[in-house]
Amino acid sequence: MKKPFAPQQNYEKSRKRVGYTPRNETKAATYARLGFKCGLEVHQQLQTEKKLFCHCPAGRYHNLEEYDAEIVRHMRPTLSELGEYDGTALMEFKTRKIVIYRIKNETTCTYEIDDTPPFLVNRQALEIAMEVALLLKCNIVGEFHITRKQYLDGSIPTGFQRTGILGIEGEIPLCHKKIRIIQLSVEEDACREISDVGHMRIYSTDRLGMPLIETVTYPEMLTPAEAAEAAQYIRFLARSTGKVRTGIGAAREDVNVSITGGTRVEIKGVAHIAWIPELVHNEAFRQKALLEIREELHRRVGDGKDWKIDSKEVEADVLGCDFPPIRDARKKKLHLLAVNLPGFGGLLSFFTQPGKMFADEIGDRLKVIACLERPNMVHCEQPEKTLGEDACHWLRKTLKAGEDDAQLLFWAAADDIKTALETIEERCRLAFQGVPNETRKGLADGRTIFERVLPGPDRMYPDTDSAPIPVEDDLIERVRSGLPPEIHYRLGQFKAWGVPEDTFAFLLKYNLAPWLEKISSAFGVEARFVSVVLGHVLKNLMGRQQGGAGFNFQRLYDLFGFVREQKLDHEIIKVMLPVVFQHPNMDFESVLTTVNFKRLGREEILAPLPILKEKFKKTGTSKDPAAATRWIVGNLRKLALGNMPMREVTAQLAKGKKS
Amino acid sequence: MSDLFKGYKGPALELLKKFNIRVWSDTAVKTTRGDFKGIVLPRSENDDDTHIVLKLITGYNVGIAVESVLDIQEFGYKEAHYKIPEKQFPFSKEKKNVKLLGTGGTIASRLDYRTGAVIPAFSPGELYGAVPELADICNLATEKLFAVFSENMGPEQYKGLAKAIGEEIRKGTDGIVIGHGTDTMHHTAGILSFMVQNSPVPIVMVGSQRSSDRPSSDAALNLMHATKTAADSDIAEIMVCMFGPTSDEYGLLHRGTRVRKMHSSYRSTFRTIGDIPLAMVDRKKITPLRQDYKRRRNDRNVDILPFFEEKVGMLYYYPNMQPDMIDAMVDHGYRGIVIAGTGLGHVNKPLYPAIVRAAEKGVTIYMTVQTLWGYVHMFVYDTGRDLMAKGIIPAENMLPEVAYVKLAWALGQTTDLDKVKQLMLTPIAGEITEREPYNGYLIFQGGIPEVEEFIRKFHK
Repeated sequence: MKKPFAPQQNYEKSRKRVGYTPRNETKAATYARLGFKCGLEVHQQLQTEKKLFCHCPAGRYHNLEEYDAEIVRHMRPTLSELGEYDGTALMEFKTRKIVIYRIKNETTCTYEIDDTPPFLVNRQALEIAMEVALLLKCNIVGEFHITRKQYLDGSIPTGFQRTGILGIEGEIPLCHKKIRIIQLSVEEDACREISDVGHMRIYSTDRLGMPLIETVTYPEMLTPAEAAEAAQYIRFLARSTGKVRTGIGAAREDVNVSITGGTRVEIKGVAHIAWIPELVHNEAFRQKALLEIREELHRRVGDGKDWKIDSKEVEADVLGCDFPPIRDARKKKLHLLAVNLPGFGGLLSFFTQPGKMFADEIGDRLKVIACLERPNMVHCEQPEKTLGEDACHWLRKTLKAGEDDAQLLFWAAADDIKTALETIEERCRLAFQGVPNETRKGLADGRTIFERVLPGPDRMYPDTDSAPIPVEDDLIERVRSGLPPEIHYRLGQFKAWGVPEDTFAFLLKYNLAPWLEKISSAFGVEARFVSVVLGHVLKNLMGRQQGGAGFNFQRLYDLFGFVREQKLDHEIIKVMLPVVFQHPNMDFESVLTTVNFKRLGREEILAPLPILKEKFKKTGTSKDPAAATRWIVGNLRKLALGNMPMREVTAQLAKGKKS
Repeated sequence: MSDLFKGYKGPALELLKKFNIRVWSDTAVKTTRGDFKGIVLPRSENDDDTHIVLKLITGYNVGIAVESVLDIQEFGYKEAHYKIPEKQFPFSKEKKNVKLLGTGGTIASRLDYRTGAVIPAFSPGELYGAVPELADICNLATEKLFAVFSENMGPEQYKGLAKAIGEEIRKGTDGIVIGHGTDTMHHTAGILSFMVQNSPVPIVMVGSQRSSDRPSSDAALNLMHATKTAADSDIAEIMVCMFGPTSDEYGLLHRGTRVRKMHSSYRSTFRTIGDIPLAMVDRKKITPLRQDYKRRRNDRNVDILPFFEEKVGMLYYYPNMQPDMIDAMVDHGYRGIVIAGTGLGHVNKPLYPAIVRAAEKGVTIYMTVQTLWGYVHMFVYDTGRDLMAKGIIPAENMLPEVAYVKLAWALGQTTDLDKVKQLMLTPIAGEITEREPYNGYLIFQGGIPEVEEFIRKFHK
């Protein structure tokens, strides 16, 4: 008699077989052995007044509950100019989704809803994009062609995104290497998804049509850390123009990952650069796991050319199990289908990602392609109690399953069964080939779920509604003459000025280098001091709370100016800034009152010196003269702040001691 | 020869010839702006002659300025074969036979690289490849009568279409669908309503507002609605079948003489004017909105009256219109004029002598209203009475375009102006209605709270 199957042990065993290690225990050599390669597609919204192809305002977002009207569309695949249907397109068509757009009149006109052809492209957006393309050292095209890129998920009501290439073949310098850039494109942003349940997906159109640039790198990042570094660099570079949007959703990354023997998998819409390393790490091992599964299948079944599933509709009663989702399915009068996967025994519980197994690859596709909400299936290799041993035994018998087979059970409405069965069979067949071409959604916990089949170049075709736009030399030269300094030049400057290294990222993130330069030269303050005010004090404030309405860097500049004009010591800025940050419209004199500042002369500040010295002696906590200085200066700090530099107080104290 | 350089001319053509590069060549181009690699695509004929177009490996197209090119190397060749997958259209005994007559337009189409334009794809096999759902609706046969854009439809096509319809009816089809560009669909619907009378089967005109080369096209759904109507509805009239709302929800069946294109680009551009539509149609059913339509019959009788006088014109009146506008038409041999007048059917006094002169020369003039909604009422003001006294005939609530095609049709069969008048003022296919229902004029005003509330509740 065969030992009962132990899913948890099987899962652990497979994880060992894959060689998975947590990221903090994984060395560069491991990635090299895997053949890890990573490329980026960085999306960045541009700071324009209006959208890219119509005259709606850009950058205005609504509460997703608020809308003026709803519009319904379905999407059908069309042919590309090379005469092929795109794979993603066909998949999306299979899902039979109803797409609903919620529009607000304020941000949506007839263009977004595809009831009007595009207007002339936004020149402001084109020029900002040109600036970034030149900073990326791209070859600029002679003519900007607007191309349609099909998206059948409904995220764009036309069914395609209007997009065009402005430059190709650029590069960015990282710490230890150069990364080449494939291209920079200008495109319209897509809708924001509100919900996606069953056969209905709802979108908001406020973001739709906003100008966006996409920077695509070659897959030349060889560790997760390099991927994050490149993403940061591209973000800082875009921000250095001062003409891109910041804030939630203004910059989003797609990350392409592959390993030797694997396939390019695209992780979409990563909202935070900090997520990238964990996501790509896990994806590398997921691919490795899928390759191990392939090897196992080849050993057991061969190439799988004639591989097929068997399925049978069953009644919940005969299963004799009381798993809640099955109970719900029964209540909803869904059909229960038992499926046998020949040769897949032990593979459903095979490790793919931390806490995920191969069965999840099937479940995720059932959700996306067949529109079956999760949980949509159970199987006989689940570590948690679901079907129970009796039900599994019954399933094996009913399906006439062999020793090496795996069984799963799913539930669906009659209309969805065909697509669901096809989806299961297709995913299992793909396991014989290894890693399927797909785009995956990155989650905050570092794992990914299936999003759609990876589209190819077949989904591109020319936009017949717009003419090509010549890109003249004088435009390029005009933009080039106004380019900001490059990021690695800025880093050199920071080092030369003695700017603390822990402020670099903050300064570049908010494009503060120009302010740093301006403040420092206008008021004769050391750049280092300004960088500390920005990179420590301001960063700290911004990390804890939202600034008052109207706070901006100009206000900070004015603060430095005020302190200079009043001949105050600039240390006072560190105390004033929190108040200015909260109440940007308060006049600076009032800020001084708020922080209890009093104008005192040198004599008045130093007057308590003798008493303090005496007091310290009396308390006698320490005999160390340095401790005495610290204590006395600390007591004078409040009086001195803004009136005289602390180092002068210290110097005075030292002088006093000598005399 | 010219096919090697599709669409290229001038300096761009010279450049390709100089480096011996054909369209569809896979190339590496050295330029003063750096290197580019891609397939040389055909150039749209209306674009300039100073750029060549490359398709990059990523699928994007870019243009390269001729003057920036230093060198081009060809290292491959990949010609595109753009074809909608053709599949045998399945035949089923239970389903009705529908004939689709093509006139051009964009009901199903593909791209033409030289012009960047959309060209029609049409055979049942192609249509089945693109819209497989059609096989669930009917047995489809197709015939391409002409390949003209809708603005180029004219008397010759009208007559040809009417005769072809007559032939199909006699051959026993269960319904006819006419693929047509949308711009002048209502003109054609109007004239067919007079040229084809007493049809025993539905005759449905259909088109699309978004070409079928885009995923969100209304073409497929319109075609499904139209074939559904042709196969299963009992409305044996000339109809226009296009989107009801802009959403992909249902189509409306408009009577051919009361329908008009009302928006340059909206999907729901066709509206019934001064009345309500005949029915709603979706993929499953047809829901009549009224009962006074002509029913489907089993006989094969139909009256085909393919008449059209080309010397008929229409004047859209505006203040300060000069009498020489009318004089010119009279002098150029026009036999009939339809005026779209202001308000209840008015024009200014300076035109009076020209109107009198026209009447004396045997040119008949009919009055319609440019407000589109409402009747011509020429008894209300002196101006109207003056005009009638000078020979202008009010055309009731006929739409200007419909009055135009009807006058051309009437003058095409007789020179007797009394007979023409009798034809003009006797309703044939709902072009003149005795009454205007209250819900025949509904243009909602956006912004008003109750309208906004309504819009929010129903898919637009």
